[in-house]
Amino acid sequence: MSAEYNRGYLDMELLRFTTAGSVDDGKSTLIGRLLYDSKAIFEDQLESIERASLKKGEEGINLALLTDGLRAEREQGITIDVAYRYFATPKRKFIIADTPGHIQYTRNMVTGASTANVALILVDARNGVIEQTIRHAFIASLLQIPHIIVCVNKMDLVEFDETIFENIKADFDKIATKLDVHDIRFIPISAKLGDNVVDRSKNMDWYEGPTLMYLLENIHIASDINHLDARFPVQYVIRPMRDEYHDYRGYAGRVEGGIFRKGEKVKVLPSGFTSKIKSIDIFENSIEETFAPQSVTITLEDDIDISRGNMLIKEDSIPEIGQDIDLMICWFNEKPLILGGKYFLKHTTSDLRCVIRDVKYRIDVNTLTNDENNKKIGLNDIARITIKTTKPVFYDSYRKNRLTGSLIFIDEATNETVGAGMII
Amino acid sequence: MNQYKINHLRELEAESIFVIREVVAQFENPVMLFSGGKDSIVMFHLARKAFWPARVPFPLMHIDTGHNFKETLDYRDKLMADTETKLIVRYVQDSINQGKAVDETGVNASRNKLQTVTLLDGIEELKFDCAMGGGRRDEEKARAKERFFSHRDEFGQWDPKNQRPELWNLFNGKKHMGEHFRVFPISNWTEMDVWQYIMLENIPIPSLYFSHEREVINRDGTILAAGEYVALKEGEIPQKRIIRFRTIGDMTCTGAVLSKAGTVEEIIEEVAATRVTERGGRYDDKRSEAAMEDRKKEGYF
Repeated sequence: MSAEYNRGYLDMELLRFTTAGSVDDGKSTLIGRLLYDSKAIFEDQLESIERASLKKGEEGINLALLTDGLRAEREQGITIDVAYRYFATPKRKFIIADTPGHIQYTRNMVTGASTANVALILVDARNGVIEQTIRHAFIASLLQIPHIIVCVNKMDLVEFDETIFENIKADFDKIATKLDVHDIRFIPISAKLGDNVVDRSKNMDWYEGPTLMYLLENIHIASDINHLDARFPVQYVIRPMRDEYHDYRGYAGRVEGGIFRKGEKVKVLPSGFTSKIKSIDIFENSIEETFAPQSVTITLEDDIDISRGNMLIKEDSIPEIGQDIDLMICWFNEKPLILGGKYFLKHTTSDLRCVIRDVKYRIDVNTLTNDENNKKIGLNDIARITIKTTKPVFYDSYRKNRLTGSLIFIDEATNETVGAGMII
Repeated sequence: MNQYKINHLRELEAESIFVIREVVAQFENPVMLFSGGKDSIVMFHLARKAFWPARVPFPLMHIDTGHNFKETLDYRDKLMADTETKLIVRYVQDSINQGKAVDETGVNASRNKLQTVTLLDGIEELKFDCAMGGGRRDEEKARAKERFFSHRDEFGQWDPKNQRPELWNLFNGKKHMGEHFRVFPISNWTEMDVWQYIMLENIPIPSLYFSHEREVINRDGTILAAGEYVALKEGEIPQKRIIRFRTIGDMTCTGAVLSKAGTVEEIIEEVAATRVTERGGRYDDKRSEAAMEDRKKEGYF
């Protein structure tokens, strides 16, 4: 497998980041700027937004129009859903989950944050840290996005004043102490003029840190994945039913943590049977070891009964196994959470049901205080609850592993995804 | 720990394989849409990888407009035979004969929009509960908000305002009777990723993608293949040019580019230097700014 890594331009890492900010923060302009300056915008797209800018009577190109997708949004001038954007530099390929920042769109922010390595949080230099900034930081922390980059934008409108930047940084740091975040960087920028986005600002000599693009290209993400605790939820069982592979029985899935090696002993949950790894297959190739986030097929030495929803693990690290689960949730639906209500759950490759046992508190996302009196959980609310599941769940805390520590709630009547849960 | 990382193509591959396996695990009767274009070729390749050494456990369906390039059909039939895959073909002409669709007239006539009728009929007739497509989010603005698992109501329509939130790698394919899903396993791939992957994996592709000489006409900046399905406007004279196609679709709306790229490596260089999106060459998207969004709501791919 190593040969392909020597071919320069194929050796790119994938980085997913989320952007949060309101219309006024210049978020769309910032994304437009990243795409524009990294030459990810094509001529016909540029023509199309030039036309649209002109129609709105604006001078020059409105970079924000690049990221406004659906017609309704273009008419209202706001982004209302998660939109995915792509660009690449010679070092990395980037996937942006662009989400609206207003409180009523918390669910979109949470969705975009769930797979992100990096959160970009925009602060308007004129307004400093406001409620919305706190909300964004909290969501990044709740969803355990490993890195946060705070872009203090519109520096051009505050005369590129260092003191203003430093004050915002100090204010943000105060909030961060209440949150579970580990890596925060600050950059003073002007998305509109391009200062410190891709090119270094000539207006802010006092700033000696990296530009946003440099940081995005170089921030260390390889250790974001848990390579210690081996987790392999079985997704599908492959039985070829053809002569040459008559006895082949492969367990297909994606490694969600740790490393599995050929010949190693594994344990199957929930049965508790153990066996050894006979082979790790990817198409016609067999490999010696596999790790997250690879999709592979594992065969075992012994013929044991294993099906979708089972999990292969190693005995040096057993996940939690239980039916009473304590978790943080974000609610996505107009229909409020029902205490005592029953919901479908999806957790790793396992389908099960649960009943809502208790709501411990609701979190006020603007002040970061716990409200133990108002326990009504509606659309966009974040709360700590306990559930009881119909069968045992094999899980890790969300902090330890974002994939084995997360689940979604599904309404039994409408089949809609109504909530997301992060196990404590 | 540093060696435990994979490059962007292998990560995209792993994600797509996961999604395709999830479809087979969650649905009873899925189908994969196949057009013979490079995106569906890559998607099918990923499906083969996902289930190897078993055969792909679902059929492929081609919605044939009747305006296909012969090269595409030959490629398709050989690939199906080589991989022992079941192919279903449904014809737009049948929908027209049955009075369910009406051919557009005039010089810009295209059957691209009519495919929706045939596709939805095919899904209903064969009781598919999930149709996988090779759509990519980078193709077009309306697609940027599409989910991997996209829910369709009993009329096959997409409601962009009421999409299910999609988090981590948890995909909700639950549905009521009569509803179905569209699933887009290569959502996160860009045109460049697709080409790089074709090179990495040595995947054969139809000859149309490589530079060749062909009679073409230039219509409002779009180079179209001259042929029996493209009606000539007054004053249009077909001319021989060295071209290749960036997408392969209906002959009436697939635009070519002047190109000398004869290998996948050369195509990648060309894509890297190019300044126009691949859909920019598609006549059907130029009709209006929100063209794709409108077609998608009606049940287009």
